[in-house]
Amino acid sequence: MPEGTFAAVVGPSGCGKSTLTRLVAGLMTPDEGEVWLHGARVKGPRNTVGMAFQNPVLLEWRTILDNVILPLEIVAPRMPRADREKRAMELLEMVGLVGFENKRPSELSGGMRQRASLCRSLVHKPEVLIMDEPFGALDAFTREDLWQTMRDLRDAEPFTAVLITHDLRESVFLGDQVIVLSGRPARTQFVMDVDLPKDRTLDVLFTPKAADMLHILRDQIKIAQGREVEAH
Amino acid sequence: MLSKIATPVIAIIIFLGLWELLVWANGWPNFKMASPSDLPPAFWKYKELFLTMGWQTLWRTVVGLIIAVIFGTAIGMIIGFSRIARDALYPLLIGFNAIPKATLVPVISLLFIGQHDFNTILMAFMISFFPIAVSVGIGLSTLEPEYRDILRALGASRYTIFMKIALPKTLPEFFGALKVSATLAFIGTNLVEIVSPHGRGLGALFKSGETNGDYPLMFAVLIALAFLGIVLYYAVIFLERIFAGWADREAS
Repeated sequence: MPEGTFAAVVGPSGCGKSTLTRLVAGLMTPDEGEVWLHGARVKGPRNTVGMAFQNPVLLEWRTILDNVILPLEIVAPRMPRADREKRAMELLEMVGLVGFENKRPSELSGGMRQRASLCRSLVHKPEVLIMDEPFGALDAFTREDLWQTMRDLRDAEPFTAVLITHDLRESVFLGDQVIVLSGRPARTQFVMDVDLPKDRTLDVLFTPKAADMLHILRDQIKIAQGREVEAH
Repeated sequence: MLSKIATPVIAIIIFLGLWELLVWANGWPNFKMASPSDLPPAFWKYKELFLTMGWQTLWRTVVGLIIAVIFGTAIGMIIGFSRIARDALYPLLIGFNAIPKATLVPVISLLFIGQHDFNTILMAFMISFFPIAVSVGIGLSTLEPEYRDILRALGASRYTIFMKIALPKTLPEFFGALKVSATLAFIGTNLVEIVSPHGRGLGALFKSGETNGDYPLMFAVLIALAFLGIVLYYAVIFLERIFAGWADREAS
């Protein structure tokens, strides 16, 4: 996977998508084979990754600002507090959470919490952002809002991204590349380059080109699930 | 704020009124059940004893509770982090907790003859560490893996993860258990104070009331114990507000 690209990984449920994120993050070691990332072998956790999950996993006892700062406390223990806050506020501004930095997670809506969680996964400027269905638990409108936020974040700071998702529209909107995994045991079954303009808006999803891509992906998922594909 | 104090005070006054009424309506004599109006004279008559004995009971209970917190948290951490330790220690802990502690009073008073302070503290500790150990253990073992992963993925050490995530996340459960333990510790202290010959503390005062047939004194001791229990309970609430106030959500 080239540096700086955004790979969306889709596949039938239970095929090992979450395991893939844990392997890339170095949280698990493979039983067989090796994981290579940016020309280096992954042997364990590194501080150049950021992670986001379906559940925002914010720490209830910290304010939103302190939650976003958390990775910096590990990665850059010597960084002065003021610089940390400045960096965190930069991201909070990008996702539209200015004014909420001193609230506790319990005071925010699900979408806002997930925005804060994304800020936390990016605060230490990771080379790779690994996301395991980060928008899965949100309602459809909030999800589309967050897709756009994600796109803006990527424009502002380059990072390589791996996004695990169930949502084909999400994979086409956000991905440069969509990877379809087969059912157990998972293999790369199909790779599609998303040939849509970089600065896409949600409208792009309603173009014939996107519809064609979604159609192809839909069929690939059916194959991965071991079901028949009707002829069209 | 005013109603926060007034509500419990009014509830206590109503309770005392009903008690007085019950004793008066049944025409019960003192030796069957003392009434609230008998209590102030009893307190006044033995006011110095109440102060010195009450203080002895209180400090032994608090020391026992502090040891229970340290030991209980340590056990909780061990069973929270290690599966093997959990499987090995749970049956022992539950078995130990199921033993009525009154039966242990003769055992420890024979083991440590004459060490009244030590025995009392030991009992307060033994009776109160279990809820703390269990709640800390459950709090740590049920920590969602994602919470650990957000720091582990950055290469944080186990110690850092414990200090930054596991420990604060367990605090609400810990304080819940501490409220139970605080009242249990009083039971432990008094067990030893009442049962030991030549005991000290409020338990011993209760015993001397019994020996001398001074029934209002016995009831007065019970009220004094209830009062100390309430004081310690609110002390725990105060600490909880400071350390785990974030878990308290405004009821809407």
